[in-house]
Amino acid sequence: MGGTSSKLPKDLLSEYQELTFLTKQEILLAHKIFSELQGGENGPYSSRVSMQKILTLPELKANPFRKRLCHVFSTSDMKDGSLNFEDFLDLLSAFSDTATLEIKSHYAFRIFDFDDDGTLDARDLEKLVNCLTGETDDTRLTAEEMRQLISNILEESDIDKDGTVNLSEFQHVISRSPDFVSSFKIVL
Amino acid sequence: GVHDSFSQLIQEQCHDLHDVIEMTPLDPEEESRGQILTRNRPLRQEVTSERNLTELLVFQMTSRVWRLRCTSGRSRGAIISQYCNRTMQLRRRRQSRPSIQHFPRSARPSIRGYGVETDAAGFEEEENKRERLVNNLQNLSDSDRVRMLRAMPLSLSEKKELRHGWYSWLSFLSSLQLWQTALKCVGGRFGTGVLSYFIFLRTLLFFNVFMFLVTGLLLVVPQAIAHPDLDQNITVRSTWGLEVLTGAGYFSHSLLYYGYYSNKPLQTGHSCSASSNKTSSSCGLSYNMPLIYFFTIGAAFFITCIILVYTMSKSFGQSFRIDKSKGLLAIKVFSSWDFKVIKKSSVRLQRANISTQLKELVAEVNHQKLKFPVLQRLFRLSIHMLAWIMCLGSTLACVLAVYYFSEYMHGEASLLAIPVFVSSLNLLLPGFFNVVAWMEEYDSPSVLNYISISRNLLLKVSVLGVLCYHWLGRVATDPQSLGLECWESFVGQELYRFLLMDFIFMLLDTFFGEFLWRVFSQKALKRERKPVFDIARNVLELIYGQTLAWLGVLFSPLLPAVQIIKLLFLFYMKKVSLKMNCQASGKPWRACQMTTIFITLLCFPAFLGAAVCVTYTMWTIKPSASCGPFQGLKNMFQAGKRWFQELAAANPDLHWLPSAHAYLVENPLFLFLSAGIFLIVIYFHSQVVDGQRKIIELLQEQIENEGEDKKFLITRLQHIHERKRRVTPRRVKEAIIPDALHELMEPQKRPQQQL
Repeated sequence: MGGTSSKLPKDLLSEYQELTFLTKQEILLAHKIFSELQGGENGPYSSRVSMQKILTLPELKANPFRKRLCHVFSTSDMKDGSLNFEDFLDLLSAFSDTATLEIKSHYAFRIFDFDDDGTLDARDLEKLVNCLTGETDDTRLTAEEMRQLISNILEESDIDKDGTVNLSEFQHVISRSPDFVSSFKIVL
Repeated sequence: GVHDSFSQLIQEQCHDLHDVIEMTPLDPEEESRGQILTRNRPLRQEVTSERNLTELLVFQMTSRVWRLRCTSGRSRGAIISQYCNRTMQLRRRRQSRPSIQHFPRSARPSIRGYGVETDAAGFEEEENKRERLVNNLQNLSDSDRVRMLRAMPLSLSEKKELRHGWYSWLSFLSSLQLWQTALKCVGGRFGTGVLSYFIFLRTLLFFNVFMFLVTGLLLVVPQAIAHPDLDQNITVRSTWGLEVLTGAGYFSHSLLYYGYYSNKPLQTGHSCSASSNKTSSSCGLSYNMPLIYFFTIGAAFFITCIILVYTMSKSFGQSFRIDKSKGLLAIKVFSSWDFKVIKKSSVRLQRANISTQLKELVAEVNHQKLKFPVLQRLFRLSIHMLAWIMCLGSTLACVLAVYYFSEYMHGEASLLAIPVFVSSLNLLLPGFFNVVAWMEEYDSPSVLNYISISRNLLLKVSVLGVLCYHWLGRVATDPQSLGLECWESFVGQELYRFLLMDFIFMLLDTFFGEFLWRVFSQKALKRERKPVFDIARNVLELIYGQTLAWLGVLFSPLLPAVQIIKLLFLFYMKKVSLKMNCQASGKPWRACQMTTIFITLLCFPAFLGAAVCVTYTMWTIKPSASCGPFQGLKNMFQAGKRWFQELAAANPDLHWLPSAHAYLVENPLFLFLSAGIFLIVIYFHSQVVDGQRKIIELLQEQIENEGEDKKFLITRLQHIHERKRRVTPRRVKEAIIPDALHELMEPQKRPQQQL
């Protein structure tokens, strides 16, 4: 009700500037958008916005990884994917222009790890490919193609041959892709 | 570097060990002390706890000295301590790593680990941690942040480590917000490929702004302030509109062209009189226009060259990978999703793209040996050859047409004819090449891309070559035959006309090529999809326009300003047309690689060609005798030489200057020597890259072997567990450990020896 936007205190702003990759303008914009999502409640900075509301943002609405994004960046105890303002800043910081390859690949790994077990096994890869290609019949891969694809991926990226891709192997693959940094970006 | 990733790898695999032995997760505080295992420590002392057994096992798997931290997977505390320790390590050891500028930022994976604590009790600890981090936050991009950091209560020695303010200013400048929202819109809807075109346009704009500032401040403004001392009979022309197009008439005796610039030093006061045609500096503040003109153009080109080469090498560094032979599928799956794309239809399109590419790649990787029958291969080869003959033939025909056209077309009416002719060739022929390529049916779209770019490039380079020959070879050497007094102004006008016509034809192309074609294809052909934005063609057009601007700077110092206006218009026009008429492409476009290729093309044929032409003009061609700053000199280069001689004459200490100048600049030996040194440096670097490639292969083999070692050791350990049935599944008793170690330490049947 009312919708009076609370201002971000200066010391918090400077702290966020030091600790994230975002610039001052980006943080203020994020704060504005987050306040709108909160629906004008003047809650403290630890109040959470539910996942459904976060997913109404235009930058995330059509993204096939949106649910994973919420889960990865959420610090909620209930594991419901709700984000508070700092989680939101974390998300934007990891996807910002100036974030390093290491940060981005770290978070990309966690986003692609659908079962949260710390490695990308065949099931994770299958879910990933399905997310990428979509669910319609003409774009989905056949079972045979999927099997071939996953075995090729594991052959190329699993260096220690344990059947899964761990963080280091993932980062090694990513380091060879020059397009990763520019495609792993979200701009508000 | 590699060691860290190795240790991380081992840590990941420690995870597996926990399943076997069921150990409790480590205390983050303890492991933050950092434990080093060396061979020197006696083993008996270590075997007192489960944790040490794990460490020992891991140590046995490797035979190096590493900092081992067995973390339990993804625990936050472990990650934070790990990063803090890493930064501490780095600062202590001061090793130089490849991307040391970026390293400090990796010390802050998230802000959650620090929390925003108001509780005073935990504040000291927080403060220390934060202080350590802040020390690492050196390369911040916002000048505000640096100021804020300075205001923090840090000791002076630590403040000294906080880096140069100027560096943050530079990066602040480079992240200029020009067109940021517009670019975001374009990227969100059309993806990174089309976005790279607009970013390239912005880059060109900055180059032109730089050149305009340099020539404007040093040449145009002084000459505008001083009185023109050429008395001309300016005949009044009637149609003003046509003059903007032709650049002649009123403009031909203006600041726009070379002919306006004085060859005498410009004086501030008029009390002193300078003798005509002497470049002596007399009383008052004199501004030696010929010298300044010569050095300004030279310096502008030199600095542009440096900036271009730097941009190119940076772009190369991002897109060139040492071992790029394998890993295509994995790279495609992990990094092809463009998170910038927001629009639902574009997302759907992106998914369709990726699906097609993955299917093609899987088929390609697994059916590589698909051989066509010999007859079909010959047939395809002959089609390719036919296509190439057609393209080259049409290029040759155009070149000859331009050659004869330029030779025989004279007079007022035909001033615009040649530019119109060349621009229409540039417009129509790439379309023809596209049709030919469509007939050819290439296997992979990237090969098709490269081929069409190279054909287009060949056309533009040959046309420009013929035009340069016409201007510098014919017009410049024999201006009397064309009735020209001031051939430099004439060439400047020609280039102005070419630039303008290029712009007008781009407008027409946008209107006809994109707008009308879309209307036609939707209404008449009833296609659902709008036409696609041809990135390669548009970028080559930009490069062509920029080459013209660079060629013309010597003859028309205000030409960069014209180019700036043109680029500004073009940006908005293309953006509007894109939104209305085009849709995202269905073909893959490797943005990073293509951007590198375009910057390379900008540097090599375009800039290098322009620089060679300008250098040739300055070095060999005789300037016209009655206009411009170099009247009466043998060539433009003489202006610099004369100045050295005058300096030497005025100041006896500098008598070596002209002779040094003669040896360094005019003697070709120096040029050969420097070229030779460059080649040696390039060869050395390529050898280093080869060596690194070999090392990477060896290291990958090594990782594989160590993975197998680990598997072997784990199975052995399981074996031992089962044999010694005194052990409960949840705890490892201390008694059995020495035996277990004996077993492990015996170097029997290790896979390494079998391999």
